[in-house]
Amino acid sequence: MNKLTVSSAPHIRSSSATNRVMLDVIIALLPTAIAGSVIFGWQAIATILICVLSSVLAEFIYNLILKKEQTVGDFSAAVTGLLLGLNMPANFTEIWWQCIIGSAFAIIVVKCLFGGLGANFANPAITGRIFMMICYTGTVGKSVFPIIGSAELSTGATPLVVLGSDNISSLPSLFDMLLGLRGGAIGEVCILALLVGFVYLVVRKVIYFETPLIMIGTVFVLSLLVSNDPVYALYQVMSGGLILGAVFMATDYVTTPINRTGKMIFALGAGLITVLIRLYGSYPEGVSFAILLMNILSPYIEKWTAKRPLGAKRVKGGTK
Amino acid sequence: MKQNNKLSIFLRGLIAENPVLVLVLGTCPTLAQTGSVIAALSMGIAATIVLACSNVVISALRKVIPDTVRIPCYIVVIAGFVTAVQLLMHAYLPDLYAMMGVYLALIVVNCIILGRAEMFARKNNMLDSLLDGLGMGVGFLLALLAMATIREVLGAGTFAGIAIPFLVGEGYSYTIPILTQAPGGFLVFGILIAIVNKIGPKKGEKKRKEFSCEGCPSAHLCGKVSCAENTELVITSEPEVQGTPEGKEGEA
Repeated sequence: MNKLTVSSAPHIRSSSATNRVMLDVIIALLPTAIAGSVIFGWQAIATILICVLSSVLAEFIYNLILKKEQTVGDFSAAVTGLLLGLNMPANFTEIWWQCIIGSAFAIIVVKCLFGGLGANFANPAITGRIFMMICYTGTVGKSVFPIIGSAELSTGATPLVVLGSDNISSLPSLFDMLLGLRGGAIGEVCILALLVGFVYLVVRKVIYFETPLIMIGTVFVLSLLVSNDPVYALYQVMSGGLILGAVFMATDYVTTPINRTGKMIFALGAGLITVLIRLYGSYPEGVSFAILLMNILSPYIEKWTAKRPLGAKRVKGGTK
Repeated sequence: MKQNNKLSIFLRGLIAENPVLVLVLGTCPTLAQTGSVIAALSMGIAATIVLACSNVVISALRKVIPDTVRIPCYIVVIAGFVTAVQLLMHAYLPDLYAMMGVYLALIVVNCIILGRAEMFARKNNMLDSLLDGLGMGVGFLLALLAMATIREVLGAGTFAGIAIPFLVGEGYSYTIPILTQAPGGFLVFGILIAIVNKIGPKKGEKKRKEFSCEGCPSAHLCGKVSCAENTELVITSEPEVQGTPEGKEGEA
């Protein structure tokens, strides 16, 4: 049993390994984390740190109790924690214990109980965020505003909420949106830093560039079609967690289709659901729900887009 | 020995064949009635009474009821007892009656009760059926209580309506509200089943041994010696289905 099958030569040698990929994602997220910390101050740093620490600890303790092989070293728990932290508002004093519960839920219930990294059907960070949003709408859903030049943070409506209302005069300028001088979660505000991370991941060949571009493009085009106003569509793209979700969560290896056609369908569907929830749903933001829904659909997309070997006949239930 | 046997019939329902966590029956009341400890307790007691009574009556009638129409007969017997419990509760415990709502009437179609009638009461004498009914009922009650305790303490910070200090109080509330809602019910239910399966009777593992390799759909993936014949069969039949690229080129 369990024999390793070695096919005939040639073999491709690659340095790619789980921890290398995860390390790349962490590096790509660093500009965003730093930007968030600069914009929101110590509360942002503390929130990110507590999410990372509790995620790693949750995985460590789970493996220890169930006598499983220790998997903390692949950094995937750290990435989940980092993403979850970046999805939180800089509201450490109120949400610190909620972050611990959310991280533990993301790691243990969403990932470990399904068999650990590679066997989870949904993205742990996204599911953790949705869990926390449903549980603690009042505190986690709060949008914290930076006040540049003072240490105080205030709260108010995010650009997305403003967009949904009739009074859009209080929107920040597009340039402020790009820099991140507006309300929102720690990691979603600074578009510039997110784009730096995106470029790094594409250059390092960790992700394909299509997924984020198609997802963001779908949102842009649909918003444009609905409003007939390119500025409005640009605001839609830059507000909320769209870019953070599209670059770092819709490109998760485990929970998205494997081949490129499948990834494109995934991104298209995620963009579509995002717009539908934003414009017609009761929640102001739909990125996380969109990605979770597409995560669940991923096995089906996989089946439809499976590559057929040359000459193989199509049989019921995929190719054979 | 005989006494031991009777005891084991009763004890079986508690853990080894717990109706909710091992047999996975009666999930509807389990999910719906475990948001609070009081609701779970009343649900469990009501179901236990109905289960024990209907088991005895069905066992007594087991030679009278024709085999072909046994399910409708069981339902009539169960519905009779549920109506009795319902009327009693409506008269003496109106608050509880209002809280349980439709789920009290739904005990009629609770699959634990019908399942025990079908699996046990129709084959065994009245005393054994009574013990089985009581054991299963108490097992159901304990499972509901365990779930309700987890959901209410962690979800609302209270136990049977009494606030727990350090969890909830003035100006603070360290709870996980989702647990008191429907998704939380599914979460807790799934995790409890997993824990019971891990430390308890290992239902999943036993099942696997019962299968033989014959007719196993993944025999060609599994390297067991007893599957070797199947493996060859599958492999030889595969190229025919596949129509390999080489074959196509040859035809061309």
